[in-house]
Parts: sequence; structure tokens; C-alpha cells
Amino acid sequence: MEELDIRLMKGNEAMAEAAIQAKCDAYFGYPITPQSEVLEYLSREMPGRYGIPLQAESEVASINMVYGAAGAGKRVMTSSSSPGFSLMMEGISYIASAQLPCLLVNVNRGGPGLGTIQPSQGDYFQATKGGGHGDYHLIVLAPNSVQEMADFVFLGFELADKYRNPVCMLSDGAIGQMMERVVFKKREVPAIKKDWATTGKTKDRERNIITSLFIQPEKMEQVNLSLNKKYEEISKNEVRYEEIFTDDAEYLIVAYGLSSRISHKTVILAREKGIKLGLLRPITLYPYPYKRLNELANKLKGILTLELNAGQMIEDVKLSVEGKVPVWHYGRMGGIIPSPEEVLENFEKLAKIK
Amino acid sequence: MTEEIIIAGFGGQGVLSMGQTLGYAAMVENKNVTWMPSYGPEMRGGTANCITIVSEETISSPILSRFDTAIILNQPSMEKFESKVKPGGLIVYESTNIIHASERTDIDVCAIPASDAANKLNNIKVANMVMLGAYLAKRSIVKLDSIIEALKKVLPERYHNTLPLNREALEKGKELMESLSVKA
Repeated sequence: MEELDIRLMKGNEAMAEAAIQAKCDAYFGYPITPQSEVLEYLSREMPGRYGIPLQAESEVASINMVYGAAGAGKRVMTSSSSPGFSLMMEGISYIASAQLPCLLVNVNRGGPGLGTIQPSQGDYFQATKGGGHGDYHLIVLAPNSVQEMADFVFLGFELADKYRNPVCMLSDGAIGQMMERVVFKKREVPAIKKDWATTGKTKDRERNIITSLFIQPEKMEQVNLSLNKKYEEISKNEVRYEEIFTDDAEYLIVAYGLSSRISHKTVILAREKGIKLGLLRPITLYPYPYKRLNELANKLKGILTLELNAGQMIEDVKLSVEGKVPVWHYGRMGGIIPSPEEVLENFEKLAKIK
Repeated sequence: MTEEIIIAGFGGQGVLSMGQTLGYAAMVENKNVTWMPSYGPEMRGGTANCITIVSEETISSPILSRFDTAIILNQPSMEKFESKVKPGGLIVYESTNIIHASERTDIDVCAIPASDAANKLNNIKVANMVMLGAYLAKRSIVKLDSIIEALKKVLPERYHNTLPLNREALEKGKELMESLSVKA
């Protein structure tokens, strides 16, 4: 039997190790807490193994290096945390328009502004509803364990290549900083044919052009339409979610990332008290599991969203259930993390169970 | 089996590495583990703590407000965490530093003079291993051998010559805890 590669790692380190194993050709980044371990790890580990780590002079530079290297057909990524990720928005919009595959990781911290270094989910809107300008979508993956910090690097690159679309992994300070057991499976990384890449024109083909400038409205609209066709395809194929105790649930918590881990415990505590609470965890935040939530709503008395923000994902939950059941929000901000007991207490108040 | 532990003290007392060592040992034994450090600005000169969860099942929340065990290395942490221990739970505290211990009667409160013991071993840095040894004498969630295995991973190679000293510290902790049980 093949010996398993099992390690105890921080989420950030697991992500970095996965990048090397996924044959990421280059990482461009600028250090920021709580994800500085990524650049540290890659600076140490990439040379001699696989890929090039480069500390750029700023996040604006990082994202434009990603743009250039992705255009040249390389497998590339960057990572940052909230204020740094905001700086990348213009570049992300360009990359989405130019339809280049790449992986962008935001280890979410408290904001707005320079904020705090503690965990937050305040960047949900930014990740799922644009952030940069124009009509575009990122595929957004939300890991909730160190294992998934590693696994979603592989998945992220795969989806990015499949759709020629930037993929965002939206994590948070806690998932990035905590250590858990992580298993690295032996994986084959298939070579991807990128006949659109600007690798130097050869005589047997037309030149490839990578641009996000379509000055004629008619051309721009065609680009918009084809982008939207792609997003429809992604929405059809790539919705991912996890359900816990939903079979007989009368109430549901919807939560992603760190909040879903806290909610899992809340559900266990509620069950001990005889409250039939379940959990739906969206794994993809874009595309969102609208359809499944709508189905579940038929047999529910109410839904709570737990988010480390003022209530952002709740809008997607409300869109999903189309008014069939009441939807409440509970959240803490500023880097404060609620305990499972605190969530249960507030759920009981909102659902008027107590 | 699930054990939810808070380890708290001053930065520099080896609080985070104690949790990590325990985590590695759990991994060596093929158990699940989640180690969540406090990584805020309070780490510089102030209190540091980490939540360590060891379980044979899937671990849900890495953030907790109630614990099976608190391993406490300074007075502010005693005040912060003594009320967070579940009834029937355990506090193991460093009695050289802590003057006012918990007076709760619904939990097991064990005083371990770990700094004294470490000083007698001529290395104050292993006080955390004395505490860990004492804790494991009370709750044998991992084997001592697994802790030694774990230390090989936690300690940089240049410190591997301290492994025998660490073992001694762990065993001293165990001894101190057992002598408490005899007195009680």
C-alpha cells in the first residue's frame, strides 16, 4: 500500500504546498497578515521543486504579473488579504474580461479600510458580486478546513483552466492560521493545451491577442454575451455544497467557511436539546446553490445565516427561498468570532423557540 | 473521544508550542486535531493562547467558549478561562506563577509547580513540557512516546539534543500530578 503523505499544517501553508504540487508555474504576492505564510513557504519551497515565487512591489503589481503570466499560458496564482485584495480589483476585472485562468486567494480579515488582522467574512459581496468594474464573475470557492485549503488549490486551477476564468478562493484568517491534519494524495497534473496563449507567433497560425479593450460597442456586447454564456454554463455545472442533518430539519443554518464550522457545532448542540436544526454549507459561493435552498425551503420553518459580517450572503439566501420562509441573520464583525453556544442562543431568539 | 483544550499564558512560555506538540502527537496516533492560535496583537508581550481539539471524530468548530480542560500558565489567563471550563472538567495550572487559583468545586483543579521543576532541570524553557506531562497523567489522550515523536517535528533539528531533557520534563510533570492524586 502506498504510504499516505499526512502533515499537520496551517491553512496558509497547506495552500502553498498544494500550489507546488499542482505545478503552479509562478506565484506573485505581497505580504499581508493573516496570510504572509504563503509567500514565506513558497519562497523557501518553490526553488528546486517547482515554480517561481516572486515578491512584487505591491498588490497592484502582483495582479498585473498574474495577468501577464496567465496570458503567456502559465499556471499562476496570487494571494492576499482584504485591503491587499481590494488593490487588485482593477487587474481582476481585466483578467476576467481577457478570460485568463488563474487562482486568486483572499484570506479575509476585518474591514472596511485597513481594519484588523482578525478573521472576517466581510468580503463576500466583493468576491461574489464583482468587486472590480463591469459585468463579470469569478468562480468562488469557500474552504472550511486546512484539507480544503489544499484541495481547492487543485480544484481552483482545474476550474480556471476548464472555463478560462479566474477562480477566487475566499478563505479567512482563522482557516489560514489554524493547523489541522492534511493529506496530500498523489495526483497527476495533466498538461493543458492553451492554444490561445501569447507564446510567440509561429508561421502556421494567426497571432494570438489578449486584451480587455473592445472599443466598438458591438464587439464589447458580443464579449459580454459570450462571458454570460460561460457564466450560465458554470452555474449549471459547478454548484457545490454540503448538507449536515438536513433530512429531518425544521430549521436550517446556512453558513460558509469558518462560520460553517461553528454552525456545525451549533447544530450538534441544538440536536442535543431536541431542536431539529440542519446545516447547508455552500462550497461554491459563485455559483450559489439557489436551487437546492429553494427545494429545502419547502419543508422549513426558518433559515438563519451565520456570517462574520453585517449580513451579505443573506441576500442570496433570500433570493433562493423566494419568500417561502423567514430568513434571519446573525453575525459578529471586526474580527470577533461567535461561539457555537452564542449562535444557538441567538438562533433561538430569532426563531422564537425560547 | 473528543477533548477540547485551552492552553493560555504569557507569550514566550511555550503555550503555542505546547498545543502544537499535542496536535502532532495526536496526528501521529491517527487522530483528528485542530489547533487554533490567538494571533492578534496581544501576542506581543501580553497573553497568548491556543485552542487544541483532539478527537477520533470529525472536529466541528475550531472556536470554542467552553472547554474540557484549561492548562493555565499565568494569573490573567486563570481569571479569563476558569469560568469557561465545563462542569466535571479539569484545570491544570502553573502554581509557581499563579497565586489565586480557581475555587470551583465542580471541576478538578491541579496545581503543578512547573517552573520550579524546570529550574531544577536547569532549563526554564521546559516548564511547558512539565505542564504537558502533568496534564497527560490526568487525561491520557496521547502516549508520551507520541509526544517525543511530535517534538522531533516541532523542534528544529539543532535542538534535537534536548529531546532527553524534554522527556525528563514530561516525566517530572507526570510524577508531580501523581503525587497530587496520592495527597488528595
